[in-house]
Amino acid sequence: MYKINLLKIFLPILILVILVAPKAESKDECFEGFSRAMFKFNMALDDIVLEPIAKGYNKLPGPVKKGTSNFTSNIGTLLSIPNNIFQGNIKQLGHSVGSFAVNTTVGILGFLNPAEKIGLQPHKEDVGQTLATYGISSGCYFVLPVFGPTTVRDSIGLIADSFVDPFAHVTIRENELFGASGNSLDYLTIKGGTIVDFRADNDANFESLEKNSLDLYSSLKSIYLQDRENKINNSISKEQDEWGNLDN
Amino acid sequence: MQRLTVYFFSLFLIFQSSLLSYSSNPADFIDELVNDAITKLSDKNISKEKKISFVEKIALENVDINALGLYTLGELRKSSNEVDISTYQNSFQKYFLKSLTSRLSDYSSSEFKILGEEKKSANYTIVSSKVKPKDDSPEIKIDWRVYTKNPDKPLIRDLIVEGLSLARTQKEEFASILSANNNDIKILINKLEEFVNN
Repeated sequence: MYKINLLKIFLPILILVILVAPKAESKDECFEGFSRAMFKFNMALDDIVLEPIAKGYNKLPGPVKKGTSNFTSNIGTLLSIPNNIFQGNIKQLGHSVGSFAVNTTVGILGFLNPAEKIGLQPHKEDVGQTLATYGISSGCYFVLPVFGPTTVRDSIGLIADSFVDPFAHVTIRENELFGASGNSLDYLTIKGGTIVDFRADNDANFESLEKNSLDLYSSLKSIYLQDRENKINNSISKEQDEWGNLDN
Repeated sequence: MQRLTVYFFSLFLIFQSSLLSYSSNPADFIDELVNDAITKLSDKNISKEKKISFVEKIALENVDINALGLYTLGELRKSSNEVDISTYQNSFQKYFLKSLTSRLSDYSSSEFKILGEEKKSANYTIVSSKVKPKDDSPEIKIDWRVYTKNPDKPLIRDLIVEGLSLARTQKEEFASILSANNNDIKILINKLEEFVNN
């Protein structure tokens, strides 16, 4: 049922996007008017729902927040495992599997992060990143209701994530894996927790951006696209060559 | 978008320094400047007003604000006339300083460490560093683009916080405004002035 509902929401948007933007680059807009309207909707949703929850979350004791962050991050590592296989990245596969195994056992279901202390540092990988490593270009940029900034490639990846993510198999599709099983509510709870943790962690930064941006929509677009580039390249620093000819 | 942390936080870390001149070696320049800034910001005996004036003075001395302004203007800097460019740079400087000082009260004490430097060309060196907040928040990696054309007076041109370039973000924001307004630089200048005056 969840899958059907998800497709009902996204399929028309995706078909439209794929039709209008076959050769577009990520900095190009698919349909800016729609995206700006969705951005306003998302900001209102953030003001009413997410921001108050995030501010409340930030008042929790540090160890509680850290434990929650570790727990959701550990489950998020599961999505990286099949994507590392698809990308043929054996080293990162080792980091992902090792980190999940160590944190789930020694780290008490992931509330602690002993894997980091022994040098296991898995990168977060998703299907959007995997598609990029196959040479599929990003396509144009747009904003989804609730889910926020994306590109054609990343939106397809977002849907595909729910099919390759072992956690989604165990929860949404209620399959049993190593004796564990769950339901859609578990999935939504964990994903919601991940979003709240991220929003709370960056609360001051969002406030700064809101306060200092002349065009917040464009600032967040730039940040989203830079972040995706970094994740695809597994690197956090890239030359900004245009500085080269600015020699005053 | 993990830890797009702190353009503004990082920026005023830099600029909260004393009026001493710093080393001409890029890594030492950043190290001295930021540690000086941390000391100043942590000093509860210094009033907010004095901190703001320090921020402004040090930014003017150690950040290449003119070049940053031209970079963020993109291709339009080549086609605009001198009067418009001059007006824009004046407005951009005010905008930059105001956005820089707007978050002073959010500073929290941090440890700063230089990780290394990489000379990219005769004019640019990238200094890598990390900031460790004392509240158990995760470390933040910051790269500094230092302009070294004058080897005796290095200048900061960009901060790249966890891979997110402040200059690029600003440039793309301005590009969107210009694109929506027929590349009219005067409209961008008006928006900068509105921000400064609000």
